[in-house]
Amino acid sequence: MIETILISARTIDQGATLEEKTSQAYFDAAAYCELNEGNLEALGVSVDQNVKVATAHGTVVVPAKIDARLPDDIVFIPMGPWANAIVDPDTCGCGMPGFKGVPATVEATTDPVLNMKDLMATYKE
Amino acid sequence: MPVIKDVVCTFCGCLCDDLEVTVEDNKITKVGKACKLGRAKTMGMFLHERIEKPMIRKNGKDSELEECSYDEAITKAAEILVAAKRPMSYGWCSTSCEAIEKAVVLAEETGSLLDSTANVCHGPSALATQEKGAPSCSLGTAKNYADLIIFWGCNPVHAHPRHQTRYSTMAKGAFTPNGKKDKKMVVVDPRNTDTAKKADLLLQLKPGSDYVLIESLRAIVNGHADILPDEIAGLPKAKVMELADMCKASKFGIIYFGMGITQTRGRYKSGDNVASLLSDLNQTNKFVMIGMRGHYNVTGFGQVAAWEAGFPMAIDFSRGSAYYNPGETGTNDVLMRREVDAFITGAADPGAHFPQESIKHLYKIPAIQVDGYANPTTEFSDVVIPAAIAGVECDGTAYRMDGQPIRMKKLIETTFKTDEEILTEIIAKVRELKGNGGA
Repeated sequence: MIETILISARTIDQGATLEEKTSQAYFDAAAYCELNEGNLEALGVSVDQNVKVATAHGTVVVPAKIDARLPDDIVFIPMGPWANAIVDPDTCGCGMPGFKGVPATVEATTDPVLNMKDLMATYKE
Repeated sequence: MPVIKDVVCTFCGCLCDDLEVTVEDNKITKVGKACKLGRAKTMGMFLHERIEKPMIRKNGKDSELEECSYDEAITKAAEILVAAKRPMSYGWCSTSCEAIEKAVVLAEETGSLLDSTANVCHGPSALATQEKGAPSCSLGTAKNYADLIIFWGCNPVHAHPRHQTRYSTMAKGAFTPNGKKDKKMVVVDPRNTDTAKKADLLLQLKPGSDYVLIESLRAIVNGHADILPDEIAGLPKAKVMELADMCKASKFGIIYFGMGITQTRGRYKSGDNVASLLSDLNQTNKFVMIGMRGHYNVTGFGQVAAWEAGFPMAIDFSRGSAYYNPGETGTNDVLMRREVDAFITGAADPGAHFPQESIKHLYKIPAIQVDGYANPTTEFSDVVIPAAIAGVECDGTAYRMDGQPIRMKKLIETTFKTDEEILTEIIAKVRELKGNGGA
């Protein structure tokens, strides 16, 4: 397991598939995380193997990819349902939840990645 | 074959107005000059699955959505809003100002809370502007004058792909005739982004330390570099000094800022401090700031809501007059307080872009969705009303990120009702149910 900081943001593929969020293309564009190579090695995980990213606000399983230019202390997930499963809902009294800079841990897992509909269904209480 | 020129792209806040769209038999077959985002958006209805018919869940969230008529869906939506004690209306940013105006009327008529996607985007920038102002300019002025371009917490290569060629780094301006050669470009971001690849200087700061970096730049600009430590926001002091020197050497500097300012630690206080930094720099130089707006007409929502109700977002009409306090009346705050008992959203996708805690509440209350495409919001919506795509299937006005109004074109015919028509019909039905149909 590594301790890191979660950042979520737009990517061009996530943006280009915004109007087709039920599609495989959107799933491929939004349901993954990026770490640098050293972090992936430390986790004993290869590209496209699943990892569990956890914060104080939830956990999500996504496949791992490499962004060689990421610093050691950042895990990146494109903005969307998978990132938002674990972002910080606290608005600090000004309306805006914490979509970036959320302390997180990452560990290898054999759990599956939920598709959009199954992920949303987990919010039924 | 007919090619429509000067088409306005309705994806991001750049509102590029030079697209060339080929239409054959009422189908868009080619989109010229657009970026990947604009092409996907403009051709969307021929690439993706539309919501073809209005739909209603008749037996709660666990039941399936069943097709119905527009009239049935609109009546059901009005019934939900009229029956609610604390309804909320959210979104309305990927649509026209004409539709937004109707959303304001509906919110007022139903005593709703009304908020835009700025709640999860540039809402803190509006607060920062109200605190400290925001010296700004048009993108045309920026293109012609700016010789120092700072992208702070934004990644235009991915989010605003034509920004650099049309308005900023690569654009050839009246006083920057050689484009990039006449300009310096700086990126401030914890990630070494694709935008940073062409930067003259990258400040890869520690996540969440933007405020510290802005404050340190202010100290340097004001002649107090000596009091700063050797490391600032995870960066060597020399790099911060380098940026301050570049600022002081520029003739016209601009800070384009994104979610790296609004969503990180400090929230609106960081945007507020950017304005203070510009105030310092403007003692001797010329500096402006522009927020990199995401939804193409989120700027328009702020304009329309401000001229209709006095506030740009997070408005509460429950008292009979407009009340505004974003930390209290912002969408995610009221959802997480489990305060609202009905929800209507259009031209936005809270299901995909809200934190988990907010969505849990949306699964508990009646929800109405007005949209062209199925998305995560459809999963918890009880009434789904399909809408025409503004800027493609109907015309209207949108505001660019720099506050310039631009008229969107209608490119093809459609049988779908527009957002404006849907909202107008819901308003009429609400008035009828409340017994003031003649008002």
